Formats: sequence, C-alpha cells, structure tokens
Amino acid sequence: MAKVKEKRTPMPSQDPRERIGNFDEVALGYTVEMAVEEAKRCLQCKRPTCLEGCPVQVQIPEFIALVAEGDFLGAARKIKETNSLPAICGRVCPQEEQCEIRCVLGKKWEPVAIGRLERFVADYERLHGEGDDIQRVPSNGRKVAVVGSGPAGLTCAGDLAKLGYEVTIFEALHAPGGVLVYGIPEFRLPKEIVRAEVETIRKLGVRILTNVVVGKTVTIDQLLADGYEAVFVGSGAGLPRFMNIPGENLNGVYSANEFLTRVNLMKGYLFPEWDTPVKVGKRVAVVGGGNVAMDAVRCSLRLGVEEAYIIYRRSEKEVPARAEEVEHAKEEGVKFKFLTNPVRILGTEDGWVKAMECLRMELGEPDASGRRRPIPVKGSEHIIEVDTVIMALGTSPNPLIAGSTSGLETTSWGGIIIDEETGQTSRPEVFAGGDAVTGAATVILAMGAGKRAAKGIHEYLTKGS
Amino acid sequence: MFKIVKRRDLTPVTKLFVVDAPLVARSAKPGQFVIVRIREQGERIPLTIADYDPEAGTVTIIFQEVGMTTRLMGELKEGDELLDFVGPLGQAAPEVTEGNVIFVGGGFGVAPIYPIAKQYFNAGVHVESIIGARTKDLLILKEEMETVSHRLHVATDDGSLGHKGFVTEVLQRMIDEGQRMDIVVAIGPMVMMRAVTEVTRPYGIKTLVSVDPIMVDGTGMCGACRVTVGGKTKFACVDGPIFDAHEVDFDEAVRRGKMYAEEERRANEACRCGGGA
Repeated sequence: MAKVKEKRTPMPSQDPRERIGNFDEVALGYTVEMAVEEAKRCLQCKRPTCLEGCPVQVQIPEFIALVAEGDFLGAARKIKETNSLPAICGRVCPQEEQCEIRCVLGKKWEPVAIGRLERFVADYERLHGEGDDIQRVPSNGRKVAVVGSGPAGLTCAGDLAKLGYEVTIFEALHAPGGVLVYGIPEFRLPKEIVRAEVETIRKLGVRILTNVVVGKTVTIDQLLADGYEAVFVGSGAGLPRFMNIPGENLNGVYSANEFLTRVNLMKGYLFPEWDTPVKVGKRVAVVGGGNVAMDAVRCSLRLGVEEAYIIYRRSEKEVPARAEEVEHAKEEGVKFKFLTNPVRILGTEDGWVKAMECLRMELGEPDASGRRRPIPVKGSEHIIEVDTVIMALGTSPNPLIAGSTSGLETTSWGGIIIDEETGQTSRPEVFAGGDAVTGAATVILAMGAGKRAAKGIHEYLTKGS
Repeated sequence: MFKIVKRRDLTPVTKLFVVDAPLVARSAKPGQFVIVRIREQGERIPLTIADYDPEAGTVTIIFQEVGMTTRLMGELKEGDELLDFVGPLGQAAPEVTEGNVIFVGGGFGVAPIYPIAKQYFNAGVHVESIIGARTKDLLILKEEMETVSHRLHVATDDGSLGHKGFVTEVLQRMIDEGQRMDIVVAIGPMVMMRAVTEVTRPYGIKTLVSVDPIMVDGTGMCGACRVTVGGKTKFACVDGPIFDAHEVDFDEAVRRGKMYAEEERRANEACRCGGGA
C-alpha cells in the first residue's frame, strides 16, 4: 500500500484581490483528480470515529471509498441516504470540529478533507447526475406541516416525505431556504445550489408555500384543525440582538440580519438594477466573532468599503466562526480587533455613525459557556472611526409562534422546550428544532434537529397503529 | 401571485387595490399591515391594511405614489397580479368598546384609520374623526369615514374643503370646547403625528400613533424598523406599528426614515417610471 500523504489536497480558490471585487464563490472545489487523490488518503478504519461527529450520520468512510473508486454518483447516493442537503453541508459545516477533528489521520498529520469531498460529490451529481434516482414514495395520506424552509425544515420535510407523509412547508419570506438564502452570502453558498437542493426536496413531493407567516397568517392550532396531524417548527433565528449601548439607533447601525438580508435575499449589491438599497460607507465595524460576523464583514468588502474591522470581545482562540471563514476574511484584508468591546457609538450632528468607542478586554476565569470571560481593562477607552456598524451578536427566538400557540412551553429567553430525542414540545402534536429551540447555531445542527424530529413525528403518528 | 380584483384611483397619486388574498383576509385585524413585492428584483414594502373581507377573501390596500415601487404599482391594472403579499403583520389596534375616541387622519393616513374607526364604531364607541389633506382633491375616504363616525371634520391646508388649516387646529378647538375624549388615534405623515402628540400631551389624553418606518422582512428578523418607545428599542413590525404617542421618540423616527433618501432619489431617477406628482 502506498504511503499516505501527510497533507490534505488543497482546494483551489479565487485570488483574494480579485474576489473582493465580486460575489462569486470563493472556494472553487476539487477536480475529479483532486477528489480521488484526497479520497485515497482515507484509511477506511474498521471502527471509524469520524461518523460520531456528524449530526446527520453521513456514512463517511463508505462514500469516500466510492469516491476513491471513481463511482461519484454512487458516493452521492450513499451520502443522500442520510443527508438531504450535501452540497450545502460540504460548504458550510464546521467540519473541523465535527467529523474531521475525529479523523485518525489528524492525530499525526492533516485529517482527510471530508467536507471538501462531500462538496465535490454533491456538485458532481448536480452537474452529471441523471436526476432520476429520486424515488417518490407513495403517499400514506397523512398530512404534516413544517414551519420554515431553512435547514431544519427542509431536512425534516425531506425525511418525512421519504416515509410517505404529505408535507407542506410554510415559509414567511418570498423565497424558500431560510438562512441559506437570506443569511449566507452568494460567495460562500451560491443560491443556485440552494435552489437545486430545494428542488430535490420538492421532487420528493413536498409542497412549499411562501408568504405565509405562521403565527400571523395562520396559527399552529388552525393548521392542526385543518387536518395536519403534526407540525414541525423550524422557524429559525428570530429577533436580532443588540448591545443596548448608546448610539445603537443612529443611522448606519445595522443588525447583521438586516445587512445580510439586504445583500443576499434582496440582492442589494445589484442596486439600482435591483430595487433594495444597502449602504456601507467607507469604514465598517462588525461586532461579533461568529460565521454571521464573517459573512457580514466580507460582504461589506465586496460592496467597496476601504476598511473593514471585526470587533470581538474575546481572543482569536475563542472565535466561534469556521476556521476557513476567518482565514478567508484575513486573506481579503479584514482587520481583526480581538479583546475589544464597544461601549458606545458616536454620531454626527445629523444622526449618522461617525465612530465607535471601545474598551480593551482581558480574559478572566471561564464563564458558563466554558470560555474565559472577557473583563474590561480600566482606562483602555479608545475610538475607532467608522461610518457603519453591524451588530452580529446572535438572535433571540421569534415570539410569533410561541405567542400564538396555546400550551407551547418556552425557556426564559424564548426558546421552545423540546424532548432532545424526539423534538416533541409540550404540545404532543407539535415538534421543534433548529435555532427556534437552541438560539443561533449552525446549519448542520439545525439539520440534525430536523432529522430527529422527523423520526419523532413518525414514531408519534404510528404509535399504536 | 395575488390578483388585483379592483382598482380605484382616489386621487391622482393615491390608489386603492382590492387584492385577492384569502389567508390574509381570514386573519387580518384593524391596525395590521402587509408586505408587498411586485417583481423579482423588487423591494419589500410595508402597506397598512385599509380594509378586509374574510368572506370574499380580499384585502384592501391604499398607497401613495411616492417611491419607485409605489409608482410601478400605480401602473398596475385590475386583473394584474402582485408577486408577493404577506400578512397580516404587526399587532392589531387595541380593542375598544366604549367611550369617546377621536380619529385624526392626515393624507393617505386616513387609509389605516378607516378599519380601526369602523371596528370601534360598530363596537359602540362614540367616534369623531378629523381628516385632512393639502387640498380637497387629495382627501381620501371621506364618504367611508362618514359612515363610521358620529361626526366627521375635514381640514384642508388651502381651505378648499372644511376648516382652512391643519387637523391639529380642529383637534385643539375640540379640546378647548371641553369635548370628552378618552383616546386620540392619529395616523398620517410623521410631522402630523408628532404635531397631534404635542397637542394632546399637556392634557394627558391617551394618544396612539401608527409608525411607518423602513422595513425589510416585516416579521422581526431584521430590526430595520427600530423605534425608541419609552426609552426602549421596539421593533415596529412585531411590537407595533401602533404605539403610545407620548412615548415615541419622533426625532429619531424621522431621522431613521431618511436613511435611504439618497438611494430613493437615485432609484426614482433610474426607473423613470413616470406617474407620480
């Protein structure tokens, strides 16, 4: 057997100087040769540990073996047994803390690039697959409603359709995909890919109704009265958090949700050809260290700002964003101000942002999250001149559903309470998962939750029959 | 797609659409709004619900041609379709079943006033209304307001109909005459709502306004519609759009409303869509 290559096969990407001038995808994906070469690095462990890290149980060694043999469509089928959205996961999963961190190769060398291989396989199938291997399961005549067409809802709907349920997804916005369309930018997840994955879910027989805000247009109780036997709530992130510091309502302060929605869903970067404007000025500060913060700061660069900062109150080690996103942001010229926390935003006389006053922080004892708590350094006030501030501090669950559904229990901060195993809420016929339950988390965790809830709903509806 | 089943031109720049939207019509309440998008590259704009008919499955919206989207909407005919029409959004107006309520509507702000006045009138509230516009020809829903008001006052800036001057002057006169008013509901341009708020403030008369900030999604997700009410940040789309007028920071609201003034001007130039005043 040939000696295993120590380093993973690099994935080509757009040159940083070029890519900050466009919204095209940054990572370009493996070629056939690269994929086979990388797949051959997999040791095909008898007892693979990588699997344990995958929230949707992708059969990792099995699909990689098929890639190594050159059977890419077979590999795609293998992945799709458990993952309905592989082209998306291959792009946005934090593989380095899920599957790849558990790869045996990683103990000594670099782990197998599982995410890149998944992406390759999904893209290969989209371009070369026959598209006819989607088997529509005969209907069992039972209706299930899914609230929200983001990763949790799409996964839950797909899994239920495969079991024969008649699934209808109710989406509040005008386009399906949830955070995949309004939040994650084109250069990280092309919308064409989201459309294709949504199409696959539709081909399974799932009906998607846009422009329906559950909790407003219809309530969950109405859906249940209308013949839906169970409801899955995957309504997502909800209300953006602000810091409650002076100056936050000045003109030029956005939530990351607003900024990204203007850019991604409403295509603000194409204004005035598209009708929704987005304003960034010359110097932007994005407050936060998650994927959303990286997306926002990198969008602002592509809109032509001269200086773009990430302001994060902990150190680089605690940054929750995917490693690749931080790396890409640095390559693109984003300036990181770690251990820095805003205390107020200063405005011009006519009410526009002109600067932000910040404090330096140092790390103290670990807090409830297990990370070391940032503590302000006395007398470290300093001014950063910016004309746009974007708050990327996470979200709190949208109260529309809990507020309109009797007997649905929520936590003190508004997250829907569920049984972890089944996704079932305090209302037996209502299930939930994703950010509506956990607060802002990742695409893949939402998908895992959607998957568990699909199983939970199936068990609930077949119990005793 | 949502069909325009009826179109009525209320003034040269104010149009009324009755839209086929059964789900919205079924759940709509006075004071709520919808978000409309008219083409693939279009923006999402909030419009207050001017009336609804759950049985016919229709919702009435009234808009003034002020920006690019509303101008393009002004070119649509009966039978045409709106691409997206989502709602009802926001909180309904508080339910009131007794006492005296004064409605003050300025310009096309009379549109959202009408369903609230209708509800209160039918519930047994004594309703008096003051509606105003720059001139007689820009006044809307006068007949409709007459049917849901025990008394209707009209004010025009140029005196072409009713009182010559502002709606606030009529309101002040009513206060001076000692007229009983438990609640004043004022909807119209921000300057008008602010003026009404200042008229009622010294007397401590409970006053409600419906704010009209910039919105994107309209469901609480983006926070573009932040309004400071009683020193706290509220999202007009989920907490409002109706707020206690004496608590609203109008200066901030006016300033935030101008955030995209420059872009709006550019868009209007780029579209050259005609119409408008």
